[in-house]
Amino acid sequence: MTLVKTTFDRRSFLKATALSGGGMMLGFSWMSSCQPALEQETGLTMPDEWFDINSYLKIGNNGVVSIFSPNPEFGQNVKTSMPMIVADELDIDWKNVVVEQAAYSPEQFPGAPFGQFTGGSRGIMSKWQPLRVAGASAKHMLKQAAAQTWQVPVEEITTEAGVLHHEISGKSAGYGEMASAAAQISVPEEVELKEPKDFKIIGHSKKNVEGKNIVTGKPMFGVDYQKEGMLIAMVVMPPAFGMTLKSIENAEEVRSMPGIKDVFPIKTYQDDYKQGYFDTNAFPELVAVVGNSTWETMKAKKAIKAEWEPIKSSDNVINRFGTDINVHTPAGLENTSDHNTQMRALMAKPGKIARRDGDPEGAFKKAAKIIERSYSAPYLAHNCMEPMNFFADVKGDKAHMAGPLQGPGLIEPTLAARLDIPEESIEIEMTRMGGGFGRRAYSHHMVEAALISQKVNAPVKLMYTREDDMTNGIYRPTYTATYRAALDENNNLLAFHVKAGGVPESPLFANRFPAGAIDNYLAEEFSIDSNITIGAFRAPRSNFMAGAEQSFLDELSEEMGKDPIEFRLELLKRAGDDPVGQTNDYDAARYAGVLELVRKNSSWGQTTSDSHRGVAAYFCHNTYAAHVLDLKIVNGKPLVQKVTCALDCGIVVNPDAATNMAEGAIVDGIGNALYGELTFKDGVPQKNNFHQYRMIRMSEAPRDIEVHFVQNEIDPTGMGEPPFPPIFGALANALYRATGRRHYSQPFIGEGISLG
Amino acid sequence: MALFNLTINGKKQQVDVGPSTPMLWVLRDHLNLVGTKYGCGIAACGACTIHLEGTATRSCQLPVSAAEGKNITSIEGLSENGDHPVQQAWLEHDVPQCGYCQAGQIMSASALLEANPNPSDAEIENAMDGNICRCGTYTRIKAAIKTAAQVK
Ligand code: FES
Ligand code: FES
Repeated sequence: MTLVKTTFDRRSFLKATALSGGGMMLGFSWMSSCQPALEQETGLTMPDEWFDINSYLKIGNNGVVSIFSPNPEFGQNVKTSMPMIVADELDIDWKNVVVEQAAYSPEQFPGAPFGQFTGGSRGIMSKWQPLRVAGASAKHMLKQAAAQTWQVPVEEITTEAGVLHHEISGKSAGYGEMASAAAQISVPEEVELKEPKDFKIIGHSKKNVEGKNIVTGKPMFGVDYQKEGMLIAMVVMPPAFGMTLKSIENAEEVRSMPGIKDVFPIKTYQDDYKQGYFDTNAFPELVAVVGNSTWETMKAKKAIKAEWEPIKSSDNVINRFGTDINVHTPAGLENTSDHNTQMRALMAKPGKIARRDGDPEGAFKKAAKIIERSYSAPYLAHNCMEPMNFFADVKGDKAHMAGPLQGPGLIEPTLAARLDIPEESIEIEMTRMGGGFGRRAYSHHMVEAALISQKVNAPVKLMYTREDDMTNGIYRPTYTATYRAALDENNNLLAFHVKAGGVPESPLFANRFPAGAIDNYLAEEFSIDSNITIGAFRAPRSNFMAGAEQSFLDELSEEMGKDPIEFRLELLKRAGDDPVGQTNDYDAARYAGVLELVRKNSSWGQTTSDSHRGVAAYFCHNTYAAHVLDLKIVNGKPLVQKVTCALDCGIVVNPDAATNMAEGAIVDGIGNALYGELTFKDGVPQKNNFHQYRMIRMSEAPRDIEVHFVQNEIDPTGMGEPPFPPIFGALANALYRATGRRHYSQPFIGEGISLG
Repeated sequence: MALFNLTINGKKQQVDVGPSTPMLWVLRDHLNLVGTKYGCGIAACGACTIHLEGTATRSCQLPVSAAEGKNITSIEGLSENGDHPVQQAWLEHDVPQCGYCQAGQIMSASALLEANPNPSDAEIENAMDGNICRCGTYTRIKAAIKTAAQVK
């Protein structure tokens, strides 16, 4: 039994629900707001009365339980897995649960700005305890209510699947019957949590609660949002990074186009505004166009003529959650070829030393052999299938916002500052996101929507076109890394050196594997300023470093005449038994665990078919991942036959959904490694839609993916990102075995994939 | 603007829009059928797939003037209760992640099975390669199509 302190009290919770005007406690969201629709959808009879138990749940008088999913959903399935955690501790039958997406409410779900954040694979990890406590304390309150009603000691009351029992007296009652009384009980200071072996829902696959809505095309995304009198807004951005708006040349003419209401400039941030870390925005000055319908507005957008001018270089102080950081934004129109030249130049110079163990320089001098390899990767666009959009209805000092975003707590202060209204006057509904991948942690478009609504004094839905979405910035940066290894005459590894850099950030993680496993180790880094904006992209930095590092270790193991898995396990053994340094940020035993699991499940070492295999493993975002990838070259094209994946994310809350995440990460990673690329010429992104930006298609996806989880009882960690980075390495290593050629720069298809 | 007579999901509808307006926006903006999604606007992603006389068609490239007098089915009209074999197979395999591409995927898959009830892997890939899923659910989509083919 584990006793834990409850972190919420009833008073703050009631205050929170009162503040929200009851809007989120009553009725469901705008998409399925009426009871009959909900009954049809869930097959459950809705209760006559709901009783609020705590921030996360309410119980109906008929025993139906409604559980809030606090965090926004972008496909990682938290809307199902978070309520599963509550339901398990509450001890309720999953059949009797309905799930609601919570609105943004820092009082109800504390921890702003990250209390309701989806990203960094933190959702389940950070909510594990609060969700369990919510369920367990509600169960405790129901037991108390029953004990009082039946006049028996609370310790004698047991629960099972939504029913309270008192064995001695033979009394029993459904949760619904006790809900009213339970709502009067004060929240316990401490509650008892289940032992993992007693979980009935956690660890047992449950279908996506939105499955039926998705396959029948129900409105649920931001782009689907509707409101009486709503207008459609679009924006025109500068044609290149390094440019800004000077003037609109034909506003009158465009205003007279059919269905068009207005054309005007907007300015997302005021000059003296100190930007937050997620306020990144290359184009704070835009032309807005507002019309009655999407097609009319789109046509008007194309007709807008504006004059653009070069930006001036600037030095800004950005507020990174209370810490000031200086950011230099250079003027000028940038080119990929210049970025590459700059990166090569800095690679040739000493970088900023991030970690040094032993005497790496001395060891390299003594080496019998030095292996040195360089890796690179281009900018990537997120390309969420649902382009950026947001609904805004700004009236006086009130703002009602609705749309897809990962971090409402990150943007609410920005919007409050821009509209000069208190944060409490802003209501944010979180719609299901058509993908996020990090992109929707940045919500400048929400501010744009609000400014447009304010100007036209009407509700508006701001829609980005695909071209806007792809050319708006917030990209995965371009990176490079050079690895060096020093070997003695017996092929023993003497020293290891990594130098990594990028535009505008370095991808280096100095304390990750193989740091800690090698006596002489040096890590250096550099970065180059740019006006092309970047942002978090599924496993930031790891999404490059894993591929580079794991390719290099592969090449090194070959050079040393060792099996690639055995070589990694040897290094991990050293890091576990006798680690070098104090700051290694991985658990060597769990790292080795996924390699061993993937070795077993992929039948590693047994020569079977005519396909070629590569292995890679990585640790990031608190979860360990390893892949073995088998591929064939068919008609000159790589075809992945199978990926065997092993993961250690602790307790797996919803196994089939976690498997789906891993499969998706594998497909997405293979696509990005083979085809993903965005280049720049004079500040202009060279791709603006899917006819140019190659995305992986079904015929290019692996024929088979097998996902295995390490079984343990460690608290769960994230699944959205960790399986993604190492697939780049597994693919590169398999490509080498298939073609005889190492692949160093992404996208691999650009290097030409050929046999021999 | 002009009046167009359309047959959508078996129902006669009239809309007053410009003749070049793509069916995607007629459905979404004028008929409140928002299951059909915008992804690229240039027939490169498949998110907007509908059936035009039973054939999978990219509605972002289909002007309303070319749709008049033809039978159009959108995701909302694929089945009465969301129980088309393809929809059921999608639920059985719990295919969606974010779900945004899935209406288009389902419309492409259902048109394929209508024309070819027992497609090979290569035929499935051929029919589905125009539909992007950024979340990478392709292996489940393929498995679901095979399940649906068995049911049909
Ligand atoms: S929106 Fe029509 S194919 Fe992409
Ligand atoms: S499920 Fe997200 S794009 Fe396909």
